[in-house]
Amino acid sequence: MELLMASGIGVMMAGGIYLVLRPRSFDVVLGLTLISYAVNLFIFSMGRLTVGGAPIVTEGSADKLATLADPLPQALVLTAIVIGFAMTALLLVLAVRQHAAGGNDLIDAPAPRETAPLDRPDVG
Amino acid sequence: MANLLLLLLVSPFAGALILMALASRPRPVELSHALAAEKAQLQQSAWIAAAAAGLSALALLALAADVIAGTPARANWAWLPALGVGFGLRLDGLALLFCGLIVGIGLLVVLYARYYLSPDDRTARFYALLMSFMGAMLGIALADNLIVLAMAWELTSLISFLLIGFWQHRRDARQGARMALTVTGLGGLALLAGLLMLGSIAGGFDLDTVLGAGDTVRAHPMYPVCLGLILIGAFTKSAQFPFHFWLPQAMAAPTPASAYLHSATMVKAGIFLLARLYPVLSGTDLWFYSVTIAGGITLLVGAWNAIFKHDLKGLLAYSTISQLGLITMLLGLNSPLAAVAALFHLLNHATFKASLFMAAGIIDHETGTRDMRRINGLWRSMPITATLAIIAAAAMAGVPLLNGFLSKEMFFEEALTVEGSRTVRFMVPAVAALAAALSVAYSARFIHDVFFNGASLDLPRTPHEPPRFMRVPVEMLVVICLVVGLLPQLTIGPLLAMGARDMLGGTVPEYSLAIWHGFNEPLAMSAAALIGGALLYGWLQRQYSLHTTDDDEGAGKRLFEQTMATLIASARRVNAWLDGIGTRTNLFLTVCVAIAAGALPWLLGPSPLAGITTSPFEGINLVALAMWTIGVAATVASVILARARLPALVTVGALGLVVSLTFVWFSAPDLALTQLLVEVATMLVMMLALRYLPSRSPRELDDRRKLRDGVIAATAGIGIGVIAWAAMLRPASSLSEFFLTRALPEGGGTNATNVIIVDFRGFDTFGESFVMAAAGLVIHDLIARLSLAPVTGPARTGQLAAFEQRNPLMLATTARMLLPFALMVSVYFFLRGHNLPGGGFIAGLITAIVLMLQTVSNGAQALAPGQGMSDRALARKLSWLHTTIGLGLLVACLTGLGSWLLGYPFLTSSFIHPHLPILGELPLASAAAFDLGVYLSVVGATVLALAGIGRLARGA
Repeated sequence: MELLMASGIGVMMAGGIYLVLRPRSFDVVLGLTLISYAVNLFIFSMGRLTVGGAPIVTEGSADKLATLADPLPQALVLTAIVIGFAMTALLLVLAVRQHAAGGNDLIDAPAPRETAPLDRPDVG
Repeated sequence: MANLLLLLLVSPFAGALILMALASRPRPVELSHALAAEKAQLQQSAWIAAAAAGLSALALLALAADVIAGTPARANWAWLPALGVGFGLRLDGLALLFCGLIVGIGLLVVLYARYYLSPDDRTARFYALLMSFMGAMLGIALADNLIVLAMAWELTSLISFLLIGFWQHRRDARQGARMALTVTGLGGLALLAGLLMLGSIAGGFDLDTVLGAGDTVRAHPMYPVCLGLILIGAFTKSAQFPFHFWLPQAMAAPTPASAYLHSATMVKAGIFLLARLYPVLSGTDLWFYSVTIAGGITLLVGAWNAIFKHDLKGLLAYSTISQLGLITMLLGLNSPLAAVAALFHLLNHATFKASLFMAAGIIDHETGTRDMRRINGLWRSMPITATLAIIAAAAMAGVPLLNGFLSKEMFFEEALTVEGSRTVRFMVPAVAALAAALSVAYSARFIHDVFFNGASLDLPRTPHEPPRFMRVPVEMLVVICLVVGLLPQLTIGPLLAMGARDMLGGTVPEYSLAIWHGFNEPLAMSAAALIGGALLYGWLQRQYSLHTTDDDEGAGKRLFEQTMATLIASARRVNAWLDGIGTRTNLFLTVCVAIAAGALPWLLGPSPLAGITTSPFEGINLVALAMWTIGVAATVASVILARARLPALVTVGALGLVVSLTFVWFSAPDLALTQLLVEVATMLVMMLALRYLPSRSPRELDDRRKLRDGVIAATAGIGIGVIAWAAMLRPASSLSEFFLTRALPEGGGTNATNVIIVDFRGFDTFGESFVMAAAGLVIHDLIARLSLAPVTGPARTGQLAAFEQRNPLMLATTARMLLPFALMVSVYFFLRGHNLPGGGFIAGLITAIVLMLQTVSNGAQALAPGQGMSDRALARKLSWLHTTIGLGLLVACLTGLGSWLLGYPFLTSSFIHPHLPILGELPLASAAAFDLGVYLSVVGATVLALAGIGRLARGA
């Protein structure tokens, strides 16, 4: 089982890094999504793989504690997933803005066109 | 006693606070009123400062009797108990001498500055800084703990920076301030490192432990490093060669600050530190050579340069450097008697040099210049000031019957009896004699050039005696010079004995403070120095006409400025290079560095797979294999389809589902839920964003680059896979047990993951809600004023166009019906979160997704142009989201603060389990309120971000 998990993480990481190195912003965002899957699974797997042992403790489960999954990596990954979403959204907006300013979605865009009026001043 | 100690330390800071309040009072607009107000402010500031310093002085006097009798005053408050560091203060003999110096000269400087400052200077600010400095300096003297000492030390560097740069409009002030801060700040860093090392070698940071561990410290293999770091700290602060160059530049400060900080007290802090740690660090050859040589060079370099300065304060600055070198050299000689002499000279120097600086300030004030080539013959116009300055300068030169003579005699005595090789026995007395002659020469120049030597040349003002009270501080200091010089045994004797006793740790060597010791070698040296110095000055004046020599700033300053310029230029070059190579190359380099850092331990150490015997195929079944295959296929498909974009979204979504199922499989229901919801939200955002981006990427032509990236990506993938595999096969040693056993009894919840998030690691979550909120606000603001047309035209695929044109009536209707149910579900997940999978993040995402669905389905109508929604109306419509975010953060923050009221650390949770009708037992932990805050900020930030992207359509 560990082999499948590890190789899955590896494949996702490789795919993610390849996409991050592409010249278009959308590809980079996709790549970062793949990388965050891989990283989240990686951190999660540091608590080892447990089947059928969700870390829910009840009054009488004191003797079964050793069979439960490690809750700490889970807590770390949970917040990481949510933050990852926020960062993806932010990157997308940057990509959109950059596309609007430069007329293309290359992450190393040539200097933006001076003429495009980006900001409308009337918003209160 | 503890209260008095605290009063002694805190009173100047309290004064500084009041003065800062005074400084921030607005000035009247009308000119005549403004002038009156400024005058009144100067008066008030001086009185407040005097009161603050006076209180400290009274506290010091009240404490002094016991300390002189031999019982140091001590106090200790818990500060960082976890690190074994207390806020300890102690006033022993050494500290008392130093505190007396700080408070006494501080009081005189307060009086002096009252007449020195002009009402249009920011006087309240000046006094506030002066008082803060006094407090910080007292902190150094009183510290009973190395960490407290290091803190106060840094504080003095900072305030010195602000005082040197007090006249911000002057370039030399800004430059001098920067240089002083750089040099003393770097020294402070070295000192902190040294003190930390010292503390860990000695086994504790309080002075008793450290002072008692002298033998351990000196025998420790790290002693040389530790000593070196501490010496760098002390030498930078006390302007010892080769760090001396900042002090002359610091003369850009107002003269009261120069007199106080840069001659009497702050520059003595380094010497005080050496004296404080003398029982621990001294006594080795390393100490002898490093301290004596640094001191000796400083002594000569400073004295030589002082002769050639034309600026009055420049001469005094270099003479200060030289005298500090003398004291350092004495401390380096490893003889208790020399240490006593060092202490004695420290006090003497403070008195005569502070009075000389004040006299220089008076001269500057009355003539309008400090250039000794123009000021001459002041004897006629200001005879009283002249007399005072001449006496002080004579003390500096070591003329008999004055205090400087006594400590110099002790210096000669020690220099002559130094033990060591023949070179040492020759060099030390030679340096002493030469330096003494040079000091006579610069003192002679000061006296001759300022007060005699013909008449003044076109002075900006006509000189006359200063206001009566401006001279009082100088008079008092000069009287001290005289009295100590005439009656040493009666005046300074007991105090010096007390200081020496507590500095050396109890045993004081035999010495006699007397003017007359008979005809002996030190007296001969004194006489030779006086005659030789006078002759030297006369010869230099006649031969070279000192007024025409080049008044060089010195190599140190040039080197510093060059180094700074080079540093800044090279930082710019590196920046420009990184900027120029573009984001892609930056990303590439980042990945390469990460791979290299990950590979390094493999290449250097044993293989990560060594010792693993488990069969790699254990536990694999068909379902798992099927999931793995789907995941890998989805990844590969995403990479291939990325150019086509929309299909790639589908495959990435599928991959997300596989990840989510993986979490389910391996007992992480919370993660599975979160991943699922985030997946939905991400897809929504990406689809919305895709409307404003080209729907296809053009084919990439650079095959070599693709190959290179492929190789890098494969390397990284294999690397991380092997690491993950190797780690998973190792036996786990985790904190799991800790959290699982404590979740219920201490966190009041059965879902350990959620309890960790809202309770055990609540502070992490607290920070993360702020990140979410910030991301939401940034996204919204980035596009708040942007309006764009969706990308159309030939580049658009038919697929996407069809997607856009379809009437979303079905979606809109369903979404509306779904809203109440979904909200209910989110409330359910929120409430049960503490015990079963769920919680604030998950509930927040559910709510956000439902609200987003409303936006998307209504978007076409509600946000389309012509539907009458103005910018302003939309901004109003979205403003509740800002409120939600703010409310969420506020709730989280208040929950955290609430535990303070109960006397627990930030974010400690407590819980009750009330039994309600119908609902049954309801677990109510204060953590639930915190979770509510998380919920609100997640909802607000997510919807705000999405609504922001959604409303872009309006411009179409």
